[in-house]
Amino acid sequence: MTTSRRSFIKAMALNSAALAATAIFPGISFSAWEKTDLPSGSIVWSKTPCRFCGTGCSLLVGVSGDKAVAVKGDPNSSVNKGLCCVKGYHCVQILYGNDRFKTAYVRKNGELVATPITEALDLVAQKMGESIQKTGKDSVAIYGSGQWSIPDGYTASKLFKGCIGTNNVEANARLCMASAVTGCLTSFGLDEPMGCYEDIDHADVFVTWGNNMAEMHPVLFSRMLANRKSKNHVQIIDLTTRWTRSSQAADKSILFEPQTDLAIANAICHEIIQNNWVNWEFVKNHVSFHSGKTNIGYGTQDHFSFTDEAKTEDFDAYKAFLADYTPERVEKLSKVPAEDIKYLASLFGDPDKRVTSFWTMGMNQHTRGTWINNLVYNIHLLTGKISSPGNSPFSLTGQPSACGTVREVGTLTHALPHGVVMNQKDREMAAEIWDVPVENIDPKPTYHTVEMFRALDRGDITFMWIQVTNPMVTMPNLKRYRDGAKKEGRFIVVSEIYPTPTSDVADVILPSALWVEREGFFGNSERRTQHNAQLVPKPGEAMCNTWQLIQVARRLGFERQFPWSQETYIEDIWNEYTRFHDSPKHRMAPYKLLKERSGVQWPFVNGRETKWRYNGQYDPACDGDSFDFYGKPDHRAWIWLRPYEPAAESPDTEYPFWLNTGRVLEHWHTGSMTRRIPILHKAVPESYVEINPEDAKALGVVNGSLVKIISRRGEMAMKANINGRGNPSRGQVFVPFFDENYLINEVTLDAFCPISKQPDYKKCAVKLEKV
Amino acid sequence: MPIFSYLVYPEHNKKQHLIDALLAERFCEIKVAENEEVLILVTDTPDEKTNKDLLDRIQKLESLQSLSMTFGHT
Repeated sequence: MTTSRRSFIKAMALNSAALAATAIFPGISFSAWEKTDLPSGSIVWSKTPCRFCGTGCSLLVGVSGDKAVAVKGDPNSSVNKGLCCVKGYHCVQILYGNDRFKTAYVRKNGELVATPITEALDLVAQKMGESIQKTGKDSVAIYGSGQWSIPDGYTASKLFKGCIGTNNVEANARLCMASAVTGCLTSFGLDEPMGCYEDIDHADVFVTWGNNMAEMHPVLFSRMLANRKSKNHVQIIDLTTRWTRSSQAADKSILFEPQTDLAIANAICHEIIQNNWVNWEFVKNHVSFHSGKTNIGYGTQDHFSFTDEAKTEDFDAYKAFLADYTPERVEKLSKVPAEDIKYLASLFGDPDKRVTSFWTMGMNQHTRGTWINNLVYNIHLLTGKISSPGNSPFSLTGQPSACGTVREVGTLTHALPHGVVMNQKDREMAAEIWDVPVENIDPKPTYHTVEMFRALDRGDITFMWIQVTNPMVTMPNLKRYRDGAKKEGRFIVVSEIYPTPTSDVADVILPSALWVEREGFFGNSERRTQHNAQLVPKPGEAMCNTWQLIQVARRLGFERQFPWSQETYIEDIWNEYTRFHDSPKHRMAPYKLLKERSGVQWPFVNGRETKWRYNGQYDPACDGDSFDFYGKPDHRAWIWLRPYEPAAESPDTEYPFWLNTGRVLEHWHTGSMTRRIPILHKAVPESYVEINPEDAKALGVVNGSLVKIISRRGEMAMKANINGRGNPSRGQVFVPFFDENYLINEVTLDAFCPISKQPDYKKCAVKLEKV
Repeated sequence: MPIFSYLVYPEHNKKQHLIDALLAERFCEIKVAENEEVLILVTDTPDEKTNKDLLDRIQKLESLQSLSMTFGHT
């Protein structure tokens, strides 16, 4: 390597200063250069969370003039430690697509007409007001997103729940992590993981439960691989329905029949008890046993309703319950050899091994999603492998702020920023902070997401505002909901950045600012809140979603509740919002600290992040130094007796295949952003259907053949992909949903977990026909 | 080609003001300490007069508490 004399002397200058600083301040650390002079002009680097997945990598975005021109990983981030994945490195290109919305549009005589945004906002407020007056407060709804910045979701909740008085507030995170929420709440009484990413550095065994981490959370998967490389004994076990790149990297890949993860988890517990691997002291002091209702349905009918009832059980009842789940019996159901189930159990049962379980949509998008979350927690609770470094059952979120904006702000029909609408004290707290009469806040939840779109179809909802999400691609059993949105008498407002099938049904399109075009916050999977400043100007009339909501709120007469200036409103909102979480169980970091640091975990108590919750050695909210599951009245974590129940629709003679849907590394969700990044689009330009090679041979199809996928709801013709990056087992097919030219959700089923109301995108029955 | 480096101490609560002021200057590059109230400043000017003028301007900054040279090359 050669260097110039000037560069050498500058390096010496820097090192001299750094050495002096270290001598004076031991442990001092420095950020990267704040300014770099390049031939093209100076680049200023600023931190921001990545726009994409729930990992929450911190990036440094380089801005030259008014343009974001470069990205690198933030070396100061404990999440990604300077690494990025392929989407992260290219993320700033999503700002500059040719067809970016820069003005508002209003549909007139069937055509979208460019309209000044102020007029469009006037119309939105007018239509909302008319709908409320004519049909009542519950005729209006907002559907937001786990990609909402925290102030977006908070403002939406305050406007709709606090001011208008409707609980018609939902977000697309209902479709991606609601089962994770109900799993946490039923097992621990409080939401969100108890561990953190640092568990990756400590674990001896990783078990991935139906998730393809190598593609979906690649930076975290890299950390797992790094741990394994640094120590000889670390193992990665991939428990999956489909062979993927994660399987390729794992030490062992165990394929199971869809839905049978329920039985496998119970069988593992059966083995743990059978072999006396139970951590008796932990169970005796920190666990209680409970059962709920069974045969709980699948939610495919309108107005489906379910309320669980917990019954207290004991260890003996639990052991008797598990008698049906011997490894030999479960082998017949799951096609997982009994010896593999026993092997898994032995990993969990080894007292010297620290075990981390990771899961995402395979477990959460599941008609028994709450149950399977409970069952994996059961394994960790039975062995005491929880809330300590390396011992971690961890549901990873898909979206950058599903935790921060949906789970923590409470942008779901039943939730408030603190607690639930059904609780009087929680309503009083919200009313006081929001400066609204407590009577405004309705104590009855209205619709979860699927039911909300059913209500739109039926006409019970006539006004819907959709922000930062694409339901006309992502709703299961899509045709019903797309047709419903287009019916007479519906008024749809869409806040978007690019044209999508959702903006195609809009009556008003409001141009939105993207994340680095406005200040905001995201909250990632490990309870880490990250701030981003505005780094580049907004294009045209694009407006921050929060400010759109504030403008409409003021037009509806709620100036007092939304008084903030355009210069400081994000900080003001943060300061107001964090009042809801002012306790050692959930305290958030102050605004100034979030501006300085690459993310801060909550609870943030006495200047320190809480990395492991419910363990008195790390969590100041605990009573004492031991474990304290303070979310439950008995201060114990709950082990649930949850059985295996079949999927809503399983293959049969007429529809003999399982259809599974999901994602690929290169594309984010419905592709509206990543398909506009040339290098990512060219890498995977078109969706496809993965078919097992033997099934393909039996069908007479080869790679690239056109195949029709047909369900009881719809059909889709697409190209076959055989022996590609993923390989389904026989009797299964897989389709990634990033390509709006292939609306695979016209084929899927809108069955959901009756407890979480999260749909199951991984299992419905289809048949294949060669075209 | 004068090249100097300094440890730079901001006045109390004026760290960001000082960072902004230094970033606005040509010939300055800074590294900010994350866990202490101190910066590293490296100046690289084309000649001695430019260096002196730059130093004069920096020393007049209200947000600057002190400037300690750690390396000099002229």
